[in-house]
Amino acid sequence: MSTFDNPFDPDRNLRAGCVCGQHQSAAEHEQATALRCDPVESEEKRYEGVVAAAVMRAMFPQDVARRAFLKSVGASTALAALSQFFPLKTATEVFAQAGAPEKKDLKVGFIPITCATPIIMAAPLGFYAKHGLNVEVVKTAGWAVIRDKTINKEYDAAHMLAPMPIAISLGLGANAIPFAVPAIENINGQGIVLAMKHKDKRDPKDWKGLKFAIPFDYSMHNYLLRYYLAEHGLDPDTDVQLRAVPPPEMVANLRADNIDGFLAPDNICQRAIYDGAGFMHLLSKEIWDGHPCCSFAASREFITTAPNSFAALTRAIVDATAYASKAENRKQIAEAIAPANYINAPVTVLEQVLTGTYADGLGGVKTDAKRVDFDPFPWQSFAVWMLTQMKRWGQIKGDVDYKAVAEQVYLATDTKKLMTEMGLSPPASAYKSFAVMGKTFDPEKPDDYVASFKIRKAS
Amino acid sequence: MNSSLRLRAGLVSVVLLAAFLGIWHLATRSTAPVATMSPEYAKLMGLTATQGKSAMPGPLDVGAKLFEHLKRPFYDNGPNDKGLGIQLAYSIARVGTGYLLAVLVAIPLGFLIGMSPLLSKALDPFIQVLKPISPLAWMPLALYTIKDSSVSAIFVIFICSIWPMLLNTVFGVASVRKEWINVARTLEVGTIRRAFTVILPAAAPTILTGMRISIGIAWLVIVAAEMLVGGTGIGYFVWNEWNNLSITNVIIAILLIGIVGMLLDQILARFTRMVTFPE
Repeated sequence: MSTFDNPFDPDRNLRAGCVCGQHQSAAEHEQATALRCDPVESEEKRYEGVVAAAVMRAMFPQDVARRAFLKSVGASTALAALSQFFPLKTATEVFAQAGAPEKKDLKVGFIPITCATPIIMAAPLGFYAKHGLNVEVVKTAGWAVIRDKTINKEYDAAHMLAPMPIAISLGLGANAIPFAVPAIENINGQGIVLAMKHKDKRDPKDWKGLKFAIPFDYSMHNYLLRYYLAEHGLDPDTDVQLRAVPPPEMVANLRADNIDGFLAPDNICQRAIYDGAGFMHLLSKEIWDGHPCCSFAASREFITTAPNSFAALTRAIVDATAYASKAENRKQIAEAIAPANYINAPVTVLEQVLTGTYADGLGGVKTDAKRVDFDPFPWQSFAVWMLTQMKRWGQIKGDVDYKAVAEQVYLATDTKKLMTEMGLSPPASAYKSFAVMGKTFDPEKPDDYVASFKIRKAS
Repeated sequence: MNSSLRLRAGLVSVVLLAAFLGIWHLATRSTAPVATMSPEYAKLMGLTATQGKSAMPGPLDVGAKLFEHLKRPFYDNGPNDKGLGIQLAYSIARVGTGYLLAVLVAIPLGFLIGMSPLLSKALDPFIQVLKPISPLAWMPLALYTIKDSSVSAIFVIFICSIWPMLLNTVFGVASVRKEWINVARTLEVGTIRRAFTVILPAAAPTILTGMRISIGIAWLVIVAAEMLVGGTGIGYFVWNEWNNLSITNVIIAILLIGIVGMLLDQILARFTRMVTFPE
């Protein structure tokens, strides 16, 4: 039974099974209804409900007795009676504040792309302040710099590509330093853009010899592009050229005919279209709908030395992510993050990315509300998938304990606890199966998955 | 004669500038709409795509933008967006700090090496190896060991401005005329007094030339260093605008970097003239 079932409901199901009666257990029901991130009521109401529920349970530990009481007096009377002799308001305030943060002034680094939306918008829209923090979001010049500055402790936490914390924890391309991910920044939100001269070359089988740019080696961009090419029979290591290029230079290089295309994070894709340099070949969501893109990461050391600050920070990010997941807020968010202080891009470009109504570069206007989406839950099966791709392309060698690494880096358990405290409904399990280009991934059998690919680096 | 030459040179400069601006303007004019597109689609696209506007801004765009910046050079919109004046001040402060540290190390050390042939020979291999290293090559190492991006930027300025000063000081001190030193010796002037009253004035023009070369290099390097570490400074400004593909602002930054560099050089040139004496 979850803490967030309503104990004021006299018709509550007391037998085994779930609330709606369609599932075997409550856990299964929760998983089926998945993550509902949208806060239904105001923050205060939510906490109030949580506290009242806890008090009600404490007074009537027996479900049957409580139900009898509720049936006889009615839920609202019961609540009123409860608040007569129990200071619900004070208790709510105490609960909402949780532990006082050890460190209030924090620095969070970000790369100016729409993937960082929750991290950035939490500053102008007041999500950090709401959770008692004074956060300075600092724009950073590149992924390697953001990695070094977070390792150096100049930043307390940072925006990173989803595979980066795994790579850092494993010591790939850096010293091995344990990092952790309490929240995924965004899902989807990338695209393959090709130069205008390739507008009739839409079949990847014809792409032999082309030059593509990706933002970083340890990125979903790299893994998705390689996956996409390999599914079409191209070996990404020998048939095409892949170059790590900073996103703004991608647009300039595309215009200069120096590269033929790129798989980049959004607003860069849309920027290339806006400037007339390229067109959208496909959105990354067409490769894997719901794939993680960027993450919110901090070092283990920060988490252990300042656990309350870290919890407050995670709450702020999850809260902002929930806000960003709602389509009706997206225009406001686009305006909030467009100024020079944050992403520094034309509002039209950001709006096209966030609302999903965009020019495709070939004269058409397309609509896809899920072009970029926000869902903070750090599925550990995402981490397992990234590890399979690191293995597939030879970034890690030898045997990998996929689950151990995934569970060490992706903090699903802690996030689930925080989300539950906030009145959100996280999924029950941290593993789920999903399909990438129609091929199902089973997180229980990562080695079989790696072995099932025809095109991969022999190791 | 002299004043007429200056007048004519000035006239040629103005004509060259006008020609340059004119060609620039003509080359970047926007042409007619490139293709017919639905108004709904056009609304989502930039000027380059809809009006065939050149990706390069024209001189008028740059001028208008420059005026906008000069109107409020010191605004401060949080950590990632500050006025051009503030950015330049950050860069100048970093260059100043690194450069002064280099002066404090290079000139006494150069004096010592210049006065002692033994030290000169012993340290020569180290200097020869360290001198040609590109300052930015130090950056990853500095970030990794110093663990502070701002101090790393200052360190890079320090390490790149030390060599020209050191070498020029050594050369200046070593090539003070033997007669003068002999005269001092005959008069039984002490070593320290000899260094300050005879060698320093004689070597001063050479030392200052070294300092002038150094400040030029330091100013060259700071822009690149700040582009790498980000945060504040004119280099960060360039990176931030490049990130937005705003070539107009990048051109403005280039112009300002040139002007500040020239001013720094002129200050050192004036000092050099002050210590130079006719023989």
